[in-house]
Amino acid sequence: MRNHRQRRLTALATIASLATVSLLATACGSDDKDSESDGKVHITVEGWRPGDEQGTIDAVNKQAEAFMKDNPDIVVKPIEWEWNAETFSTQLAGNQLPTTFRVPFTDTKGLAERQQIADVTEYVNALPYAEDFNPSVLAAAQGTDGKIYGLPTDVYGVGLHYNRDLFEQAGLDPDQPPTTWDEVRQDADKIAEATGKAGYVQMSANNTGGWMLTTLTYALGGRMESEDGATASIDNDATREGLQLLHDMKWDDESMGKNTNFEWGTINEAFAAGKIGMYMSGSDVYNALVTTNQIDPDSYGLAALPLAESGDAGILGGGSVAAVSAKASAEEQEAAVKWNDFYRERKNYDPDAAVADAKVLAETDQPIGTPTLPIFDEETWQKVEDAKAEYVNVPRDQMTSFTEGVFEQTLIPEPASHTQEVYGILDSIVQKVLTDEGADIDALLADGNDQVQALLGS
Amino acid sequence: MSAFLARVRGSGATIAFLLPMLLIFGLFSWWPIVRSVVMSMQQTNLVTPAEFVGLDNFREVLADPLLTTAVQNTVWFAVLALVIGYPVPLMLAVVMSDVRRARGLYSMLAYLPVVIPPAVAVLLWRFFYDAEETGVFNTILGWFGLGPVPWLEDPSWAMPSLVIEATWAAAGGTVIIYLAALVSVPPELYDAAEVDGAGILRKVWHVTLPHLRGIMLITLILQIIGTAQVFLEPYLFTDGGPDNATLTVLLLVYNYAFANTTGGDYGKATALSLMLAAALALLSMVYFRLTRRWSE
Repeated sequence: MRNHRQRRLTALATIASLATVSLLATACGSDDKDSESDGKVHITVEGWRPGDEQGTIDAVNKQAEAFMKDNPDIVVKPIEWEWNAETFSTQLAGNQLPTTFRVPFTDTKGLAERQQIADVTEYVNALPYAEDFNPSVLAAAQGTDGKIYGLPTDVYGVGLHYNRDLFEQAGLDPDQPPTTWDEVRQDADKIAEATGKAGYVQMSANNTGGWMLTTLTYALGGRMESEDGATASIDNDATREGLQLLHDMKWDDESMGKNTNFEWGTINEAFAAGKIGMYMSGSDVYNALVTTNQIDPDSYGLAALPLAESGDAGILGGGSVAAVSAKASAEEQEAAVKWNDFYRERKNYDPDAAVADAKVLAETDQPIGTPTLPIFDEETWQKVEDAKAEYVNVPRDQMTSFTEGVFEQTLIPEPASHTQEVYGILDSIVQKVLTDEGADIDALLADGNDQVQALLGS
Repeated sequence: MSAFLARVRGSGATIAFLLPMLLIFGLFSWWPIVRSVVMSMQQTNLVTPAEFVGLDNFREVLADPLLTTAVQNTVWFAVLALVIGYPVPLMLAVVMSDVRRARGLYSMLAYLPVVIPPAVAVLLWRFFYDAEETGVFNTILGWFGLGPVPWLEDPSWAMPSLVIEATWAAAGGTVIIYLAALVSVPPELYDAAEVDGAGILRKVWHVTLPHLRGIMLITLILQIIGTAQVFLEPYLFTDGGPDNATLTVLLLVYNYAFANTTGGDYGKATALSLMLAAALALLSMVYFRLTRRWSE
């Protein structure tokens, strides 16, 4: 028979145990990684993307073994990892990031300011090519304090990717991709009418909408921010022209298909499945199309992005910085920079390293020879290209429009300040234009400009 | 003294059995709630040290224009889910309870969508909802001469599309609950109604529904609370698009916390979560007070 006293006792005990648990939880902090006791330096590195084929995994593991042979006091463990805007910040907070990882150029300064990535200036300066970086490329890897926070890699310029099969079906010559935006519009219209597939598609979700709108703006001669990142200039003629073009293609020509909600991964997927005639993306996206989406190489073409006549027109350029976690110890930072040099940077500088890397990639059936842009100077770049020419297994002759045209195009860096947040604001402008036929472009741009200016001012 | 000890020993067994549950609840449910309340009054991105800012987070959230959009969309989802999703399990259960043979098979078929992992179901349906004429649903509609529907691409169609999938995914669980309740209706009542000349519909209205009243009131409030917290469908189908037409309150919380690549604003995220929890608690209290006499 429960009486009042017994019930009160149980209640007291419950509260006491709850309090204990809460106290315990406060006391428990996050465990620091135990340093290994075998005297070696252990680092985890970004190895392959989720969904990559076994060949890609084997390739990086082979490289890790070769590196460990040259550096017996370092243990490298490649893991599955992909830069993703949403998971990156939580992994950062939860100490779950690999020791070294790549971040886009746009995030490097912000991360450096918040001391989330390590200052590795001394380790980078110890590399033989430290003096030879193209200064504007190295600037992307430097913080506002001028210190170096990683190695710039995967430098790309945006190009126009097109489906050669759809071009043929529409009666267009796949070796003559469009060279002006008017031609893009006409070709898209022809493809849509002849094949029923989307002639031209542009990303609009997950910050990629803003990224692509900025690209279109640059191609038409405009800018999104002032160079110092203090003033917004969303409301410019080039952006207006670009949005009007998208509006007309979508609603008048109906050449953009019915699906509009694309981001980087899903647009690649749709393109590789033959549902899209043309789209803009980084020049190195062919690698992902092969490893993740199994594209048919014969159907792929890469053209230089059409630019307007204006002298300000150029292509958006970006890349990644191979950065090191700020939680890494000095030895781990040094080891990470050595790994990044071995795995990512050396092959851009040293012809022999490029050949060695190409051999490994060839053995594991990875794409070799996707167009990239120079990180050092054009001469070095050419030497490396020539050295690995015999290993190239991507259809380079289907990309000549890009490889021959890109060096005449000005490379413009992404907006300097609050880049990803600006892209988010632009996303919603692009989505409105593509889903609402009556969207008022002028009002959208004026409002967007206010929002971005408020952001830049904060 | 010994009497006291005797009582403690008796309670000892109780406490020993309660302890594992208390520990787990404490660590995984109550502790995070306490942390959330604390975080809602801080400016923190979990990376740089946190600083106390009092009620600033709540003010910022209330001043955010996206909050209005999110609340409107959430209410719209809840209303659609009530109109489409609430009657469907009820009708299915009533129909299935009449079936004599193979009831087990029908129960299994009804429950199958619940068993499919939600993320898989959503990705599957996203493929079905392809807005081109060649999309699965548009092809089927084409057989009946109905035009291609933009499904997820059009702001006015996006939310109903989400609700249809959500109904399909969740109906099975509620069907099973209703079926169990329906079995408890005495068959004499149906016979009496038939003697009085009642057709199927009147039998349902006058015999079945009154018996289910208690359960229906519970499932109604559970559905409202559940739909107010909808996150998976908007996130996986359209990520709040097109143009924020499917942005719900919980998706806004997620965006506050995780959408900024260099460190989210956990203060605002927890502030909004707390406000949602408070609103739902208030709603539940009002609801139970109003329906007290109905559920007797």
